[in-house]
Amino acid sequence: MKARLFSSDRMFRILLLLCTLVVPVVAVAIVSTLIANSTEAFEQFGFFGFIGSADWNVTAGSESYGAFSFIAGTLYTTFLALLICAVLALPIALFCGEYYPGRMVSKMLATVTSLLAGIPSIIYGLWGFFTLRPLVISLGLSEVGCGVLTAAVILAVMIVPYAANLSIEFIRMVPNDLKESAYSLGATRAEVIHRVVLPTAGAGIFSSFILAMGRAIGETMTVTMLIGNTNNIPQSVVDTGNSMASVIANQFGEADGLKLSALIAIGLTLFTITAIVNMIGKILIKKARV
Amino acid sequence: MTNDMKRRIVKSHALHYGVCTIAALTAVPLFLIVLKVLVAGIGGFSWAFFSESAPSVYKTLIGEEGGIAGGIIGTLLMLLTASAVSVPLGILAGTFMSEYKHKKFAAMVSFLTDLLQGTPSVVLGIVIYACIVVPTGGYSGFAGSIALGIMMLPLIIRSTEEALNIVPTTLREASVALGASFPTTVFRILLPNAFGGVFTGVLLAISRVIGETAPLMFTALGCASVRWDMTKPMSAVPLMIWEFWTDANLQELVWSAALFLLLLVLALNFLAKYIEKRFT
Repeated sequence: MKARLFSSDRMFRILLLLCTLVVPVVAVAIVSTLIANSTEAFEQFGFFGFIGSADWNVTAGSESYGAFSFIAGTLYTTFLALLICAVLALPIALFCGEYYPGRMVSKMLATVTSLLAGIPSIIYGLWGFFTLRPLVISLGLSEVGCGVLTAAVILAVMIVPYAANLSIEFIRMVPNDLKESAYSLGATRAEVIHRVVLPTAGAGIFSSFILAMGRAIGETMTVTMLIGNTNNIPQSVVDTGNSMASVIANQFGEADGLKLSALIAIGLTLFTITAIVNMIGKILIKKARV
Repeated sequence: MTNDMKRRIVKSHALHYGVCTIAALTAVPLFLIVLKVLVAGIGGFSWAFFSESAPSVYKTLIGEEGGIAGGIIGTLLMLLTASAVSVPLGILAGTFMSEYKHKKFAAMVSFLTDLLQGTPSVVLGIVIYACIVVPTGGYSGFAGSIALGIMMLPLIIRSTEEALNIVPTTLREASVALGASFPTTVFRILLPNAFGGVFTGVLLAISRVIGETAPLMFTALGCASVRWDMTKPMSAVPLMIWEFWTDANLQELVWSAALFLLLLVLALNFLAKYIEKRFT
């Protein structure tokens, strides 16, 4: 029997293909829109001139835009958040993956962490502003309460689920005979964790933190509400600043002309950095899973 | 027991207790956030809160309370529109990905799906602004729903793909052996058997975008009145929080809106968990 040219089978496969094509189309549209709308700024200041300059002057006539303070602000908040996140996520991963795997407490803890991932970022921002900020002020850390530290603390709580969930998986994958041989040599539990579990699962844990970092870099609302929104390079952990995402959120609304282009250029930079970080994370995870 | 050994055992116990303590601490932020939102927001729940439009500056001054009806309707309409397009599209694309997983094209789409999923939502907002809002001449509910739809798409594709991948091959072989066509196999055998995973994925995708503010700020913009027309600027619950959160007179409205949003998200998450358990 010969297959008909327009059999329902074939039509359906074409329909599936068409639906799938939406993904590349959207991806190309995003990248080309970002590039097309940011050329004005990149042409004006040059690629490295834009990325490397910390000048952000909106006064008409002497307009000058550079993304460096915001890149610095993003890196600052992200790394600080990752540091705090590691302190929280590693114990969770050990608890659920090594000490009590498959037990009721672990399942409850996993539910709690996954619920943390579900809370909308604007609610984190509200809570951070009205609960954490007064605390930062009363501790005398900073006068305004907003700043890199405040944003990073909330950001850390937000990315804990992403870092913890994957780390649990990798810790559970550590072969039992490896651990048992260490025990049989007289190692204590802490030593097994230190010498066997963490080194074996290390690559996977590291890659899950890279993926969590990808989330932290692009997080917008929380950082916008908590970082203080000043166009400078943060000088200390309690100084105010702006991240790439927060400067877009704050200034895009009333922007036009060169400023609009500069903000879209920051968007392109943010997109590129996030994409690279996520890509590295995915590759590392694939390698760690083998 | 030697002293050295005692020291090692004590160290091991210390790590155990340390891990337990910090792990338990994770529940603290969740508890504190839910508690704060609940305490600050529950008082504002009233009929007016759900049925009235946002208060104007003047109304706020004379102490009249407003509501978030405009935001609720905007969120509902935009979510419905986004889901109406992204859910079928995502399920069919996910079917393709699971069906052709060893093809080069599928690997490329898989890579791009990751790229889309990782795109910061604020970037998506400015892209839709440049692509849709500027050419169509203004902010609109449709522009907002496109942004939300694009955010949902990769999540639905991934969950569908994963759910289909764990459907036993024997089932599909049995279907093909009985002479069922490919569409019949997909709609009568594969998708129904993957229903739990697919539906959970859809719910989680909705719960993820329902609280999104950044992609709506430059697309749907927000609107002070209750509006059903999606070709005009439109409000959403998170947008209303963003609009009023610094207004000292409207703190109760802001926290009530936050509570409403939080309850929605938690309900969707629990429903997703239940369905996952029930059907897999």
